[in-house]
Amino acid sequence: MPMNSRKKGGVPLAAVPMYIWTLLLVAIPLIYIVGLSFLTKAQTWGVDLNFTLDSYRKLFTPSYLKVFGQSLYVAVITTIAALAIGYPFAYFTSRLPKRARSLVLMLIIVPFWTNSLVRIYGWMILLRSQGVINGLLISLGVIDSPLKLLYNFGAVMVGMVYALIPFMILSIYNSCEKIDWSLVEAARDLGATRMRAFWSVTVPLTMPGIMAGCVLVFIPSVGLFFISDLLGGAKTMLLGNLIKNELLVARNWPMGAALSVAMLLMTLGIITLYKRMAGDKELEGLL
Amino acid sequence: MAETILKLENIIKHFGENTALKSISLEVARGEFLTLLGPSGCGKTTTLRIIAGLESPDGGRVLLEGQDVTNLEPNRRSVNTVFQSYALFPHMNVEQNIGYGLRLKKLPKQEIAQRVQEMLELVQLQGFERRMPDQLSGGQRQRVAIARALVNSPDVLLLDEPLGALDLQLRRQMQQELKGMQKKLGITFIYITHDQEEAMNMSDRIGIMNAGEIVQLGTPDSIYERPNSRFAAGFIGQCNIADATVLAEENGLLRLRLGEGEVLASGSARPGNTGALCVRPERVRYSLSETGGFALDGTIREYSYTGGTLRTTIVADGGVQFLVTDLGEDDERLAVGTRVHIYWDPKKAVLVESGANADE
Amino acid sequence: MKKRIGTRSNSPFAVLYIAIILVLMYLPILVVVAYSFNDTKLFHWAGFTTDWYVKLFRNRTIIEAFWNSLKLAVLSSLSACVLGTMGAVGMSKRHFKTKGMLENLAIVPIMVPEIILGMAYLAFFSLVKLPFGMLTLVMAHTTFCVPYIYINVKAALTNMDPSIGEAALDLGASPTRAFFDITAPIILPAILSGTLLAFAMSMDDVVISFFATGSETSTLPLQVYSMLKMGVTPEINALCTVMLGTVFLLVALSSLLKAGRARGKQ
Repeated sequence: MPMNSRKKGGVPLAAVPMYIWTLLLVAIPLIYIVGLSFLTKAQTWGVDLNFTLDSYRKLFTPSYLKVFGQSLYVAVITTIAALAIGYPFAYFTSRLPKRARSLVLMLIIVPFWTNSLVRIYGWMILLRSQGVINGLLISLGVIDSPLKLLYNFGAVMVGMVYALIPFMILSIYNSCEKIDWSLVEAARDLGATRMRAFWSVTVPLTMPGIMAGCVLVFIPSVGLFFISDLLGGAKTMLLGNLIKNELLVARNWPMGAALSVAMLLMTLGIITLYKRMAGDKELEGLL
Repeated sequence: MAETILKLENIIKHFGENTALKSISLEVARGEFLTLLGPSGCGKTTTLRIIAGLESPDGGRVLLEGQDVTNLEPNRRSVNTVFQSYALFPHMNVEQNIGYGLRLKKLPKQEIAQRVQEMLELVQLQGFERRMPDQLSGGQRQRVAIARALVNSPDVLLLDEPLGALDLQLRRQMQQELKGMQKKLGITFIYITHDQEEAMNMSDRIGIMNAGEIVQLGTPDSIYERPNSRFAAGFIGQCNIADATVLAEENGLLRLRLGEGEVLASGSARPGNTGALCVRPERVRYSLSETGGFALDGTIREYSYTGGTLRTTIVADGGVQFLVTDLGEDDERLAVGTRVHIYWDPKKAVLVESGANADE
Repeated sequence: MKKRIGTRSNSPFAVLYIAIILVLMYLPILVVVAYSFNDTKLFHWAGFTTDWYVKLFRNRTIIEAFWNSLKLAVLSSLSACVLGTMGAVGMSKRHFKTKGMLENLAIVPIMVPEIILGMAYLAFFSLVKLPFGMLTLVMAHTTFCVPYIYINVKAALTNMDPSIGEAALDLGASPTRAFFDITAPIILPAILSGTLLAFAMSMDDVVISFFATGSETSTLPLQVYSMLKMGVTPEINALCTVMLGTVFLLVALSSLLKAGRARGKQ
């Protein structure tokens, strides 16, 4: 009955273009990658239509496993560091007076809009051997010759945390903002020390924000190849760098596809785990 | 009864597995103020939305001025709604909100302006033309919502708990005003509420709804005095409700067994039937000497005095509890524990839901 | 003075902490801006100059990349605006079986690491033999721009009292008229801020563009990336400063819109 569909449906036809677009440019390319990962690299260029599990077998060789391990290691450290630095920041911010609060939030969101390359480049200026920090330390007489701050693992970590910490801060802030502070007061009233009240009341209440923040930091951190390229001098090989190299240098597309599929599965796993734990609280709310 | 303006015939509505409306039939007269009263979830809002055309029924017909409008879209019905949330357009000022329906009808600007002014006068909001909805108080928004619907001179105005969000005092005042507007304009109102006092105050007729059905339809008086079910009796005002068995019919009245006593009430039932006796607290009398032709005794359990009324609880022999209210004018109250006779005017008590007892 | 027990108060330490993190946040940005006015190719401060800006605006490659980026961002954020808004409106009330799946799929582009999407486009566009360049870039960018608009508009529609739309129908508006008279103005701020965000994301994107473009067409971020890898000239500082300035303008614009939206709410 046309009547009925109007009442329930609004204008469903309007969604059709997005439907088609999404199928065509999200679903099909991703499915194609999965297919590609089972093919064989051609001698010269492109792929041969031979089904093989070689690419996946290769994933489990030591050299690839090492990159996987390193990539996970970077992601985990980045997430922990972002949490350790971001939590107090979000927590303190949520307790500021209203005007100051919105100012601080604004200041956190603005860099998020600015070009990430520009911000990473800023760190290159700061860290390099004739850069700002070394210059400052030398002129203060703290050191004689410049420290090697750039092109190492530490620099990559700084860049990662710096690029991703706004996600952590914003999602934890969202949780902190919703806290009913009278619960914390109740805990204090019942005799809990400040620390005790914090750990037993505030932290559990902000858990949804902590989890969302961790997911939002962890997922992109395995793929941001340009940060390790620029700040790590390509010495720290991450999954992102590996995929890029397989595609553009080794021209081994099936291998690149297999790596992407592995990364995709890992991502979906984390999101599913998160949805199960957080009861489908949408990550979208953070945008 | 005056001419029928709106008629519902066996309206049925399901939402998935749930049946929202079982089979609603209703006739509304021109110029009538009809209230649908019921607990939340009883289907009253769904009924209203079907009349407005915002839901389509799964069965049955809606007739407006004798025309079948069941499948007519809401914008083509001469019915307007005052929504519970007011649903004012947040990006339009008061004047634009009220004039929206007229602008859709492409009336000349001058006429629109004039009619909007008349409405503002009616709802006493002159001078608020340029205000935005978020600059108005709850009561003012309410008035704009009413004006916005009334300006189109609908055949029927639907009001979905329009006073629900207002505080008690404002609510009482708006009840008076709404009733006044309805009388003045002569427009048919179908009003939804879960507040029985509001329904009693304003309505020409009340339809009591429960679980997707209209349980009883009638004037406030008749529903109050002669409820036709336990639900209707309990939902409007306070009522003593007790199980009773019919012993005999006497002079058009029923002699009933109630606990260990025998009482009289009106109603139609056969001897041996059981049912629920409903009698209002202010109709119940008790006395040391008079029996009123009854054989029901009890013990006074407690008194409570609540501003103007004295509430007495009496436990009849056999365990049935009666609440009795009076003005508490007697200087001397009987002591708690006193044995008394209980009685009432049999015409003011009614046996409902009577039927043959399945056990016998 | 007795220490306050009030749980909503902050110690001076907290304020200091917030300040330090904010300084660290802005330090790299400020350094870039400062160096863009430094009168030397080296790293000590040698006086104020605007030479680098002059050089920047004479650099044809950069100017071309800038126009490419602008064209790309405008085209993709506008197409995404149309697709995403229509999608959100179309799916707002309707419940059909594949809706949940489609919604999840629609936000995949911003949920998975960008490099996966980049790789997917590189492979897919080669497969269908689309020439890599502006067309492929616009297709890729539109795809990851859609979620920003879809999510924003969907939220605005969810927050909107459904009886507002019904009131318009009730007062005699056709569904189409009700949409343009009532729904559209109410969700407009969400559409605009979503589109702005999408625009910024498109202007910022490195990873997906890296894979989805050919050798002929470069975007500004790609240009910056290759300049940074090649070795630094101070023109880059000037370029970055210009980009920062643009973003600050956009942010200011969008917060004005947000303020407007807050005022529009009941």
